[in-house]
Amino acid sequence: MSQAKVKENDNKEIINCNNVNKWFGHHHVLKDVSLTVKKGEVLVILGPSGSGKSTFIRTINGLEEIQRGEITIDGISLSHDVKDIEAIRKETGMVFQQFNLFPHMTILKNITLAPIWVRKKPKADAEKTALELLERVGIPEQAHKYPGQLSGGQQQRVAIARALAMQPELMLFDEPTSALDPEMIKEVLDVMKELANSGMTMLVVTHEMGFAREVADRIVLFDEGEIIEQGTPEELFDNPKHERTKLFLSQIL
Amino acid sequence: MKTNMETGTNLPTSSPPKSTIGILGWLKQNLFNNWYNSILTILSVLVLYFALKGTLTWVFTTAQWDIVADNFRLFMVGQFPVEEIWRIWLALSLVSLLFGLSAGIWRGTNLHLSVVLMGIYLIHILASFTSVNTKMWLGINIAILVVSFFTGPRIPKHKVVTILGWFLAFPITIFLVNGFGVLPEVSTNLWGGLLLTLLISIIAIVFAFPIGILLALGRTSKLPIIRYFCIFFIEFVRGIPLITVLFMAMLLLPLFLPEGIEINNVLRVMVACTLFTSAYMAENVRGGLQSIPNGQYEAAKAIGLNPIQSMTFIIMPQALRAVIPAIVGQSISMFKDTSLVAIVGLADILGIAQAVKSNPDYLGRIMEAYLFVALAYWVIAYSMSYASRRLEKQLGVGER
Repeated sequence: MSQAKVKENDNKEIINCNNVNKWFGHHHVLKDVSLTVKKGEVLVILGPSGSGKSTFIRTINGLEEIQRGEITIDGISLSHDVKDIEAIRKETGMVFQQFNLFPHMTILKNITLAPIWVRKKPKADAEKTALELLERVGIPEQAHKYPGQLSGGQQQRVAIARALAMQPELMLFDEPTSALDPEMIKEVLDVMKELANSGMTMLVVTHEMGFAREVADRIVLFDEGEIIEQGTPEELFDNPKHERTKLFLSQIL
Repeated sequence: MKTNMETGTNLPTSSPPKSTIGILGWLKQNLFNNWYNSILTILSVLVLYFALKGTLTWVFTTAQWDIVADNFRLFMVGQFPVEEIWRIWLALSLVSLLFGLSAGIWRGTNLHLSVVLMGIYLIHILASFTSVNTKMWLGINIAILVVSFFTGPRIPKHKVVTILGWFLAFPITIFLVNGFGVLPEVSTNLWGGLLLTLLISIIAIVFAFPIGILLALGRTSKLPIIRYFCIFFIEFVRGIPLITVLFMAMLLLPLFLPEGIEINNVLRVMVACTLFTSAYMAENVRGGLQSIPNGQYEAAKAIGLNPIQSMTFIIMPQALRAVIPAIVGQSISMFKDTSLVAIVGLADILGIAQAVKSNPDYLGRIMEAYLFVALAYWVIAYSMSYASRRLEKQLGVGER
């Protein structure tokens, strides 16, 4: 990735969701969700809890199966075929609310595991990349510790480094700061801002309005399993059109 | 807090205050802090006194230990032919070598276990009842332990060699004990004593572990045939006592086999014990699998690992670590349960005790024999549980 935003890729679609539907039992969690994301775009997904926004980004790397509709990631259609799902997961990094680091491995092993076993990188290369990534997220000195010895903010930054180690085309963030103590939120958001500025395509589910306003290219508002409004941060925050958007913004701002 | 640490090095909060109470104070605080605790303490001391007095008097004055001393070889190796007994010594020497190497390389628990082994050797070398030949082999074993302890860390690639040695030790031992035609074959009816006990339990534990993992995975499989087979097997085995399984193996199995085919007794018992333990292992492993949060599976998927990689690197290591105490507990329990093979007619260490007691020379001295057997079981079982506790602590590094 180059340092500046990659403008020439502006027209290349990396995610294409078409009428995605999902049910949990009889509960209809995603209703005809259609969305396209261009390469290099930073998309922030907002919405009240239970609106299906987390479920939606989990469908993109196949952690949740969809029952109807289609999702295409970087030209690969997400089907029930294991090969396709694995191919998409190689291209897609994901950061979870609960970090989900592997507690029995050192930070370095956490980061190098997938590059070594999935990308078949030589160990020395993978470790070199891992140390560079730790440098990038600001915690190079923690490489040989275990996740349990790190603070929440540090763990989440390791989780970001672990996802980046696979050199993904696309990063998914599922409420990355929701489990953090307030004083640690900033350090994680700073890493995410730097990542956005480097031109990474990002889908971010978050409640951090400041981050959304500052970094997002586009904001999508979910409610009751539907996209009810989308637009630039200015359009959405300053001039919301939909009643439900106004209600949501009035509750959290 | 930082300022405290920087400026106030003499603050009393830096370490808890030293206890000033001494032994009398400790007694008062813990044993005599009110009237009913004082009564309890006095009562317990009295009970302990009489129990210990009785036991120790019996052990050192009344008991006649010649039943153990005279039959020591029987207790250890059963009817194993004397002229082939060097093979067992050789196998034991291999074990000593590996213990010595491990103790030298890793210290810690390995060192403690090696010291126990050394102690056992020394006791027997000093005991009056062991023969010159035995003392010589024991001396060799002690020498091997000591030499390998000191040279171990200097051998090139010592860790790989030692681990490989441990893996090979068991097949080599079986080969040495049986002979398999290369050496004169020693029929399994002649295997006995502690040797048989150890062989059955090691086989059962070593094989039950992987089978248990497979059963546990099978039980969570999406394929119904595999899943139901595993559930049926596990629940069936868990629902019947080991002694029934042993009887089935000894009495029922021959009825089902075609004429002329005979599986030898020891092998049948080994298979029965293995299958029995594997069902329990499977349940332990399943408990471990259930303790792994879903996020770990998802994270493994999200970074692109396939299901086998995710199981091998992420899920199983954590699941097994979580259930080490249960697995070791199961292993110890299997080790002790091998004493049931005496009932179906094998001469394990307990079987030997029963055989010896019917010898009129030792009439009425069964207590001594049983006590000795109990001590042998206890030393081994306790070593296992001690090692597992240490292992748990070591693996606890960085636990969340």
